[in-house]
Amino acid sequence: MNTAHTPASETILSIRDLSVALPASGDRSYAVQDLTLTIHPGEIVCVVGESGSGKSVTAQAVMGLLPKGQLQPSSGTILLEGEDLLAASPDRLRDLRGSRMAMIFQEPMTALNPVLTVGDQVAEVLHIHTTLDAAACRARVLEMMRAVHLPDPERMIDAYPHQLSGGQRQRIMIAQALILDPALLIADEPTTALDVTTQAQILKLIREMQVRRGTGVLFITHDFGVVADIADRVVVMQHGKLVESGTRDEIILRPQHPYTKMLIASVPSLTPPARAPVTGPVALETTKLSKIYQSGGGWFDKGRIVRAAHEVNLSLRRGETLGVVGESGSGKSTVARCIARLIDPSEGGIWLEGENIATLPQARLRKHRKTVQVIFQDPFRSLNPRRTVGQSIIEGPTNFGLSEQEALERARDLMALVGLSPDALSRYPHQFSGGQRQRISIARALAMQPHILIADEAVSALDVSVQAQVLELLDQIRVKFDLALLFITHDLRVAAQICDRLMVMQKGEVVEEGATVDIFKNPQHPYTKALFDAAPGHDFARSH
Amino acid sequence: MQSRSSTTDTGTLAKWGQFCRSHPFTAVAGVILIVLVLAALLAPYLGTVDPRKINILPRMRPPSPQAWFGSDQLGRDVWTRTLYGARISLMVGLMVALMSISLGLLIGMISGYMRKLDAVIMRVMDGLMSIPGILLAIGLVSVSGASFITVTIAITVPEIPRVVRLVRAIVLSVREEPYVEAAIAVGTKTPLILWRHVLPNCVPPLIVQATYVAASAMLTEALLSFLGAGTPPEIPSWGNMMAEGRIVFPIAPWIVLIPGCTLALAILAVNVLGDGLRDRLDPKIAKRM
Amino acid sequence: MVSFIVRRVLSTLPVMIIVAIVVFAMLRLTPGDPAVVIAGDQATAEQIARIRSNLGLDLPIHVQFVTWIGQLLQGDLGISIFTNMPVSTLIAQRLEPTLMLSLTTICFSVLVAVPLGVWAAWRSGTWTDRVIMVFSVLGFSFPVFVLGYLLIYEFGLTLKWLPTQGYKSPFSDPVGFVRSIIMPTITLSMIYIALVTRITRASVLEVLSEDYIRTARAKGQIERKVLFRHALKNAAVPIATIIGIGIALLIGGAVVTETVFNIPGLGRLVVDAILRRDYPIIQGLILVFSFTYIIINMLIDIAYTFFDPRIRY
Repeated sequence: MNTAHTPASETILSIRDLSVALPASGDRSYAVQDLTLTIHPGEIVCVVGESGSGKSVTAQAVMGLLPKGQLQPSSGTILLEGEDLLAASPDRLRDLRGSRMAMIFQEPMTALNPVLTVGDQVAEVLHIHTTLDAAACRARVLEMMRAVHLPDPERMIDAYPHQLSGGQRQRIMIAQALILDPALLIADEPTTALDVTTQAQILKLIREMQVRRGTGVLFITHDFGVVADIADRVVVMQHGKLVESGTRDEIILRPQHPYTKMLIASVPSLTPPARAPVTGPVALETTKLSKIYQSGGGWFDKGRIVRAAHEVNLSLRRGETLGVVGESGSGKSTVARCIARLIDPSEGGIWLEGENIATLPQARLRKHRKTVQVIFQDPFRSLNPRRTVGQSIIEGPTNFGLSEQEALERARDLMALVGLSPDALSRYPHQFSGGQRQRISIARALAMQPHILIADEAVSALDVSVQAQVLELLDQIRVKFDLALLFITHDLRVAAQICDRLMVMQKGEVVEEGATVDIFKNPQHPYTKALFDAAPGHDFARSH
Repeated sequence: MQSRSSTTDTGTLAKWGQFCRSHPFTAVAGVILIVLVLAALLAPYLGTVDPRKINILPRMRPPSPQAWFGSDQLGRDVWTRTLYGARISLMVGLMVALMSISLGLLIGMISGYMRKLDAVIMRVMDGLMSIPGILLAIGLVSVSGASFITVTIAITVPEIPRVVRLVRAIVLSVREEPYVEAAIAVGTKTPLILWRHVLPNCVPPLIVQATYVAASAMLTEALLSFLGAGTPPEIPSWGNMMAEGRIVFPIAPWIVLIPGCTLALAILAVNVLGDGLRDRLDPKIAKRM
Repeated sequence: MVSFIVRRVLSTLPVMIIVAIVVFAMLRLTPGDPAVVIAGDQATAEQIARIRSNLGLDLPIHVQFVTWIGQLLQGDLGISIFTNMPVSTLIAQRLEPTLMLSLTTICFSVLVAVPLGVWAAWRSGTWTDRVIMVFSVLGFSFPVFVLGYLLIYEFGLTLKWLPTQGYKSPFSDPVGFVRSIIMPTITLSMIYIALVTRITRASVLEVLSEDYIRTARAKGQIERKVLFRHALKNAAVPIATIIGIGIALLIGGAVVTETVFNIPGLGRLVVDAILRRDYPIIQGLILVFSFTYIIINMLIDIAYTFFDPRIRY
């Protein structure tokens, strides 16, 4: 596609040689450098990149919403339907925002004002940009809410955001973005915070709305599955620069640039490899493990009862990886935290080395602490920022009688094992990247010489290329130490690649269980089927 | 991916120097406080006389080159009494800050970590907080007699609940941190978790809080003296000076205004220092306040 | 909604009981004989005995407690040692000036402080913000009575614009009321304004960094409406909270302000009671002020439901 000869009137957005300067103190001088891209009517252009690639900054620059005083476009032009946005006055930009260009964001939970009804918030766009009276506004809002398939719009129009689900809130965001038929819709990771089934619905909705209205969409994402599902054209960014652009098939099937190739290769395939059944001794068993939360409650009412986990039976062998998959609220993390006894289970047994630890008091639990170790999701909060990496790693071993010297010795060996230099031990967590911190967390867990390792969404917060490396490390240490690995994840692709067996959870209950290959080939439970159908990028998965 | 500031590598002194240049108000406040502390310590050597010496002849003399701050209705030297008053005021600020912070830290930690005691402790704190601080202090002083010690304790009691709440809030948020869960998972015992992981998170906000408590204590001490429920009248505190000068205010306003403005200056310095410390030690809160 | 209000009203009970216990314990658990302390150095044995029986200190402690709570429930706050009148009667007589002063102060403070705080937050980092914040720190640091005397010195003694002492009731002398209440109101407002301005600024600043503010701007909303329609309404809860908590400061300040301006209100009653060693009055006033504080804060909590639809447990 040759954009150079397309007349400006036929392009919706044309970004040319855009550079956005970073403040002087940063480690590079531009957030975005010499970026050129074009969007035509009815076209979805995906901007893909890892964190720090400058994809969100690009979106903010188009909207004129860059944080004041911190980021500033330093050169280039941004033409919206032929009008230069960088030269436009603040008033003119405000007129265009919401009417000719609109934006939806990643976090539907926080992007809506909690104290205004959703109807008021959609109508606000009309109040700002039109002179419609109240009745006409309400009618338009209702019509729009129906268009984005919100149930019972007459009632929902007066609801507050907290009364809606995440998917419904994102529909409200889409409604208010598209109510004035803007030429350009910018979607900044609009489905990243949503569950996979909701994500599929929202992607479908964006597609539907955009086709019907001929809107040009600038779609920002880090997920190649989403790209495969929705993009017409793709722009790949790295460190603020465009590395490659082309049609969806060009990029996904025949990537040219090494970085694009690496990114695509890092995406785990949805087809699980064949795995021999694991026959090691059983390391962990749970019997009818349940956790009930009582929320609220006081003198006068009992509060709501939430079954976070209900009669979960699992068994895990040495050398085996058991995946627990499910959406948010499925209870997968609750199970993990019960097994690690970070929370106390309400009922059921947790059998470890022939002893039921479900009800052991803390003092007698202590000797079992060595056996089970956990790696947490957030690499930025799982290490104490005030303690050196070394102090964090030797904390456990010294608790169990190892001298500081011996523990440090062990820590040095482990640093080599997880691929970090031993002098990292004397540094502080903030000096490391997310992936490195996750390696440190793994080293801390291994320092206890556990039999069982629980990875609670341990790679979910990482960029895809880093994710691949950490997954590989986890698999290596499982083999090396004959670990039983309990792998909690919401990501089917990751689960397909690393797990021997899978447990699918929904609303606190296990709905399906079996060998990974079997479940992927022939899912039985309707929920499992729905989950697989919703996974983005099926075509993409088959193709590589 | 923001890297947090660290105080480990480069010289701490140099960092404070840089901080003073970027926060001139804080630096000035620090200097004022140092001068006040020195004046209080060196009071006997700064051209003063006995602060309790009653001199009938030069009563209510306005400030002059001979008596810089003039004299009061009993002929006592106001300059002398102001300097000695600084001792009382600063001492009360320091003592109350130390006592309320350490007690509040202890109670707050217990409350944050022992769920069963928490409800009881917090209700008691709610109750204490509902009693206006000055009235609580007045009540305590009037049943236990006015002395320096009782006044200090009476000012400390109403300050404790705020510290407890602060500490408890920090404990509750820190114990949810994955790194604390990781410490539990590697078998670290609760007292050690509190010491290693929770306490260090409490220190910076508590240092900041301590300055605010000190400022508020100095204020309360003066108010109590002014209302007649403070340190005994023979002690030359700023509050007592103002209480005594009140009757002759229309004729000799300096007797009230000089200790009053010195007190205001001292409290201002402590408060500004607190704001500066907050910017330095607790940037997360500083951004909001 | 109704159940929330009922529960919030009932939740004040334990706090009130704690306050009552603290006040009860204050007298009984202090080391030494409180009757001796209250009576003072020059008291005769007879006076001490009279105080002891007046306060019920001669009875076993559990009997004292039951009697005391029983009297409290009937609104009986005890008998003044000095005047021999019921404390509740004395309080009723002195209520009006304090109530009026508090009302004018709250209105004045909120009207000044909230706009100042919003302005400072909106212009955060600029000189406007810095000047407002400097005034706020000054307000925290200036002892109420020092400000009072400075005002008296300037506007009362030097310029002779306003009366320096006393109080006129608005019901008998409206003009006199306004003239006599101006300086005390300004004096008492100072610390309250400082507090509310600071918290308003902090809350608005925090709300301004929320995602939904970005959403509002992405819709093309003008800054003024972003500030008032979106930000201020969300910041209302912390602002209302601090207005309620500030009542405690206000009460303490009122005691001092009334002394400086010689206003015959509850504050003067406290100070006179201190001088006359009339403990029952001090005790009664602590209870009245604390219960007022608890009730006001309960009302503010209930008012939250109008600001924030999420609070409906």
